[in-house]
Amino acid sequence: MSTAATGYYVPHDARWPIVGSIGLFIFFFGFASWLNDGAFGKEMFFIGMAITIFMMFGWFGLVAKESEAGTYSPQVDASFRLCMMWFIFSEVMFFAAFFGALFYARTFSGPWLGGLGGGGAEMTNAVLHTGHDYVWPSNGPGDVGGKFVPMGWFGLPLINTLLLLSSGVTCTLAHHAIRAGHRKPFILWLLATVTLGFIFMGLQIEEYIHAYSALNLKLTSGIYGSTFFLLTGFHGFHVTMGAVILLVVAIRAMRNHFSAENHFAFEAAAWYWHFVDVVWLGLFIFVYLF
Amino acid sequence: MSSNDVTHHAADDHNHDHGDDHGHHGPAPGLMRWVTTTNHKDIGTLYLWFSLVMFFIGGAMALVIRAELFQPGIQIVDPMFFNSMTTMHAIVMIFGVVMPAFVGLANWMIPMMIGAPDMALPRLNNWSFWIMPFAFTIMLSTLFMDSGGPAGGWTLYPPLVLQMGDSFAFVIFAIHFLGISSVMGSINIVATIFNMRAPGMTFMKMPMFVWTWLITAYLLIATIPVFAGAVTMLLTDRYFGTSFFSAAGGGDPVMFQHIFWFFGHPEVYILILPAFGIVSSIIPTFARKELFGYDSMVYATASIAFLSFIVWAHHMFTTGMPLAGELFFMFSTMLISVPTGVKVFNWVATMWRGAMTFETPMLFAIGFVIMFTVGGLSGLMLAITPADIQYHDTYFVVAHFHYVLVPGAIYSLMAATYYWLPKWTGNMYDEKLGKMHFWISTIFVNVLFFPMHFVGLAGMPRRIPDYSLQFADWNMIATIGAFGFGFSQLMFVYIIVKCVRGGEKATAEVWEGARGLEWTVASPAPYHTFETAPTIEPSTVTR
Amino acid sequence: MTSNVSRWALLSLMLLLVPFGASAEWGALNMPQGVTEISNEVYTLHMRIFYICCAIGAAVFGVMIYSMFAHRKSKGVKPATFHESTTVEIVWTVVPLVILIAMAIPAARVLIKMEDFSDSEMSIKVTAYQWRWQYEYMDSGVSFYSQLEPSHNEARQMGSDVDLEATFSPSRKRGDSEGGVYLKEVDNELVIPVGKKIRFLHTAADVIHSWWVPDLAVKKDAIPGFINENWALIEEPGVYHGKCAELCGRGHGFMPIVVRAVPQEEFDIWVAEKQLAMASVSEQADRQWAHQELVSVGEKVYQANCMSCHQAEGQGIPGMFPAIGGSDVATGSIDKHIDTVMNGIDGSMMSQFSEVLSDADLAAVITFQRNAFGNNTGDTLQPSHIKSLRNGVDIRAPESVALLPDTNTTTGVN
Ligand code: HEA
Ligand code: HEA
Ligand code: HEC
Ligand code: CUA
Ligand SMILES: [Cu+2]
Repeated sequence: MSTAATGYYVPHDARWPIVGSIGLFIFFFGFASWLNDGAFGKEMFFIGMAITIFMMFGWFGLVAKESEAGTYSPQVDASFRLCMMWFIFSEVMFFAAFFGALFYARTFSGPWLGGLGGGGAEMTNAVLHTGHDYVWPSNGPGDVGGKFVPMGWFGLPLINTLLLLSSGVTCTLAHHAIRAGHRKPFILWLLATVTLGFIFMGLQIEEYIHAYSALNLKLTSGIYGSTFFLLTGFHGFHVTMGAVILLVVAIRAMRNHFSAENHFAFEAAAWYWHFVDVVWLGLFIFVYLF
Repeated sequence: MSSNDVTHHAADDHNHDHGDDHGHHGPAPGLMRWVTTTNHKDIGTLYLWFSLVMFFIGGAMALVIRAELFQPGIQIVDPMFFNSMTTMHAIVMIFGVVMPAFVGLANWMIPMMIGAPDMALPRLNNWSFWIMPFAFTIMLSTLFMDSGGPAGGWTLYPPLVLQMGDSFAFVIFAIHFLGISSVMGSINIVATIFNMRAPGMTFMKMPMFVWTWLITAYLLIATIPVFAGAVTMLLTDRYFGTSFFSAAGGGDPVMFQHIFWFFGHPEVYILILPAFGIVSSIIPTFARKELFGYDSMVYATASIAFLSFIVWAHHMFTTGMPLAGELFFMFSTMLISVPTGVKVFNWVATMWRGAMTFETPMLFAIGFVIMFTVGGLSGLMLAITPADIQYHDTYFVVAHFHYVLVPGAIYSLMAATYYWLPKWTGNMYDEKLGKMHFWISTIFVNVLFFPMHFVGLAGMPRRIPDYSLQFADWNMIATIGAFGFGFSQLMFVYIIVKCVRGGEKATAEVWEGARGLEWTVASPAPYHTFETAPTIEPSTVTR
Repeated sequence: MTSNVSRWALLSLMLLLVPFGASAEWGALNMPQGVTEISNEVYTLHMRIFYICCAIGAAVFGVMIYSMFAHRKSKGVKPATFHESTTVEIVWTVVPLVILIAMAIPAARVLIKMEDFSDSEMSIKVTAYQWRWQYEYMDSGVSFYSQLEPSHNEARQMGSDVDLEATFSPSRKRGDSEGGVYLKEVDNELVIPVGKKIRFLHTAADVIHSWWVPDLAVKKDAIPGFINENWALIEEPGVYHGKCAELCGRGHGFMPIVVRAVPQEEFDIWVAEKQLAMASVSEQADRQWAHQELVSVGEKVYQANCMSCHQAEGQGIPGMFPAIGGSDVATGSIDKHIDTVMNGIDGSMMSQFSEVLSDADLAAVITFQRNAFGNNTGDTLQPSHIKSLRNGVDIRAPESVALLPDTNTTTGVN
């Protein structure tokens, strides 16, 4: 087996991938059955999820152990970096699809239904949607989901923006700390970041409850509700993931896993966190502000 | 020749390593070897076998389509099942055959071509493969569910696709699942190419196959997640009451088409760029002459990839886009012909004044160049918006894309198989059978797809199980071609199996004019190659 | 030897070209030239780009094939060593660009002309349904549905033993007993006057369809909830066939279009007749119908509208379309049955027929279903009952279908 000393580390006997495949298989199969109220759908969903999470802990645990053992050369490290970078890029493109939907609805389909723009827009409005005026936020000519109040930017969203921005700062401070080899402040800043992340999530839940109960703003509130909840929802999911990853990193930090030179797990988590941050800024601007 | 230095170098390394600690190097015994393997060659092999099996599944579906279309009238399948055959055929061929086969080749060849010991992330590599069988189990299982397989076309347009029964959710999740595999596979390839090149292997010394895959990997990383997003919106529209694709709620069914084709058009180049790379390896070998215009090949590939992101709406010329949009997408689409032309001309120039021989890989490569160009030129005709309004959704389109996909992408895969099979197995395949395979396939593939141009122009829409009598003759001919082409692929399997089991021993170089690092290692390629990086001098021939 | 293999194969590849060349009807293999100015321009454009592509192909393949014969090792040539030339590469980048520009200019010109919707003299709204077309003449109020001619519909069912060749050969005119061109005839043709610029407004009630008449060079998607414009100006009277060109489900292959272009005077007469017929349809609803009359009319309505899904013997298709024979709905409460047929079932392919069928047809088909396929309920449903329901029941105008929240979201958790 090649080791850091003689070359690039190529592991053998990978057992976690097949566990992951089986886990995700059960998860997806279960989820699909569940959506159709099929037998054992829900059970499979949770079992699959559990196996997948188990796999992640096992796999990352193994990598952490190998890393601790000094198996990885700087070249392996670079592979991990590239991997994380482009993984984040793929996530960016996933969000791009939903931002694309938002822009499309706002600049094309919405006005078109309201009779603005060339081609058949005028007739679309005159014949099919008589009397419908397009104004964003819109739940369409069918007033799908009934009257609702759009989510303002002031209040919770603004607080959340500030929270997330400051968590970006604490995250960077943590990075500086570890690079300087200061373990204590590193852990503290990390925990601060995680805390901010969880507060963000709490407030986000609060916001959803408010939307559903007070604003009649639901997932089913036409295109506004659809884009609002899917964008913020997927973002929220990513925040949760990011916070959990950071928490794991913090725990590893407490176990003294990182050094001033070797702390890629943290950096990957930090990149991810910044990505989540930037997506939020996009959301704040295009979903809440304008 | 300087490449010979590398030969000895690598071979020595190899023997040396084996002597040292044999136990770690051989593959683990039994079935678990394949399940737990992290070896790029094993994983490449898995991918290639997988896609070969899928080829017959997807092909069998195509044969159902062709059998129903043999005569007018509905003889053997219900129209609904016909539609799900069309849909599943496309999904299987694209996601289960061409893409995994290219990834398999990337696995086998890229590390050897750039002098790397393995892929950058071997465990992840294993996972990328081992998702495929599971994902396709979900996908194919929908055919056996009460509500049947997906029947709205591989383009999954709403609202039609939302009418699907319960199996809808399974299809969507299978797509997500496959997407995870593709993205991880691509990331791995990017990391490998950036990080694992042997010292001295500069970007401009990489074989074209490596270049085309690098660019393809970017196309994948950028578009697969968009596709995942699009189908997620379908899922929520279907099950959670969102209104992305419903006018009533302020959405738009056409919005799906935009998002889909933003993925879908780059996707078709994902299906062809690695093929360009393969052909760019094979033609110089058998022309015994260096690839003409290497630099411009690289730039052309990059331009095609860039342009592929801004042409998507040429699939949507009849959806009622504004005039300005139609003009823009027409012009940008036409522009793709320029870099593609550069590639074609470079291949021709490589052949020009070479000393050519025509072994099976060369035959398939030349078949590729000619028939891909036929398909490309009909693509150019489709790009002309006013004409496309007539062509759209007819068999003319079907003819176009099968020309670029079957005698295009599939031919490149066959060429690659014949070209590298001796390297993989250590045995020469049966040349005579190979040539026969080529000629029979080439005759039938044209009998199969050429008439589709005619019926398309004459007005036969695609995705129909039955048609007017005026189209009967050509459809009958096409069906005969389909069965001929389909069954002649059994020859391909026979040749491969025969070669795996034995045959004349191959030398390390295999082909007289072969160039590149993969030919410097023994045939069959040892389980581990380049564990110590070869030294690449500026004078070393690597492409 | 292997070279024999190649030679033999090349020969047969060439032989293949013979049937292509010998084919008598080249016209049937190419795009129709059509009957409008636009269609002619599109045809010319098509031929022009086709010839350019042929020329490019001939040049590229010519060089390749020459090279394959001249530059082979067996002839003892030594490979040259050149592998780049900036000049050549610039040439073959620029020349194609020039060719493309030469193609793009006429293409843009035709396209701009096609997209000029101004000055239309008459508007027809075309609403696509699974699987029929509704034509509404916005100026005269004439409105009707158009779908595959029933005899064709019967012939195309799986297991039908109709001899297609004998019954529907292309030479048979419509009106010869059954006849017409297989899968190309409809029950009600779209009639339009010649010499007038007619604007079509395309929309759909359920899924996306596409209205395509090759002779007019028009193809436009019908998108639920949106209207797309389109136009045609026909000079020559005649009958022009078309098809739905966007996959729209099980019956996609069976959604033909027939446009009959007639002189203005003839058109006016046709409109008057149609208006009369529409008036009499509403009268029909007021009279008492005999049970047997309802059943026999109902059978026809069933064959035309329901059979494609529920099948000829009312047996349905398991897992897809429920059987009518023995169905709880068709044998149970008649109100439920009426509601099902008139308003459809949300989120399924069972669409609402209240606007598609007249009162009499609705009553007839329901009566038929309740007394056929072994459903011996003995019920009789009078058209007048449907008429009275129309005022009370929430009946959606077809236009507003797309407005409603639940049309596109279908079943599941809402
Ligand atoms: C491998 C896959 C592949 C490739 C490479 C291409 C290549 C091209 N395709 Fe194709 N296409 C598909 C796969 C592919 N396509 C598929 C699957 C569909 C249907 C999807 C569906 O609806 O299901 C489709 C549909 C499709 C359409 C939509 C048709 C419709 O539905 O109405 C259009 C329209 O513009 C188009 C255009 C092109 C063009 C311009 C190219 C160009 O890249 C071609 C460039 C090549 C050449 C032009 C030939 C070589 C060049 C020369 C010899 C130089 C000289 C040339 C000039 C001077 C011009 N394609
Ligand atoms: C890479 C992609 C790819 C490939 C390789 C092919 C290969 C083939 N395709 Fe496919 N096709 C598509 C991609 C592809 N296709 C796409 C994207 C569509 C559009 C779908 C849509 O509209 O949504 C399509 C649609 C399509 C249609 C139009 C359907 C319609 O519009 O209704 C037809 C019709 O003839 C067809 C035929 C064929 C045939 C005969 C082959 C042949 O090359 C197949 C060769 C056959 C075999 C290899 C079979 C061998 C099998 C046996 C010998 C039997 C033994 C069986 C077992 C051992 C299991 N294809
Ligand atoms: C596009 C296909 C289609 C057509 C055409 C169609 N139906 Fe249906 N029909 C369905 C489907 C699908 C269902 C089942 C809906 C469900 O239960 O979700 C159904 C259900 C029914 C039922 C209830 C049966 C039961 O037992 O649940 C009746 C009655 C019925 N249709 C009558 C008709 C009549 C009358 C016509 C013609 C005027 C017609 N249908 C045309 C698809 C169709
Ligand atoms: Cu309507 Cu296809
Ligand atoms: Cu495209």
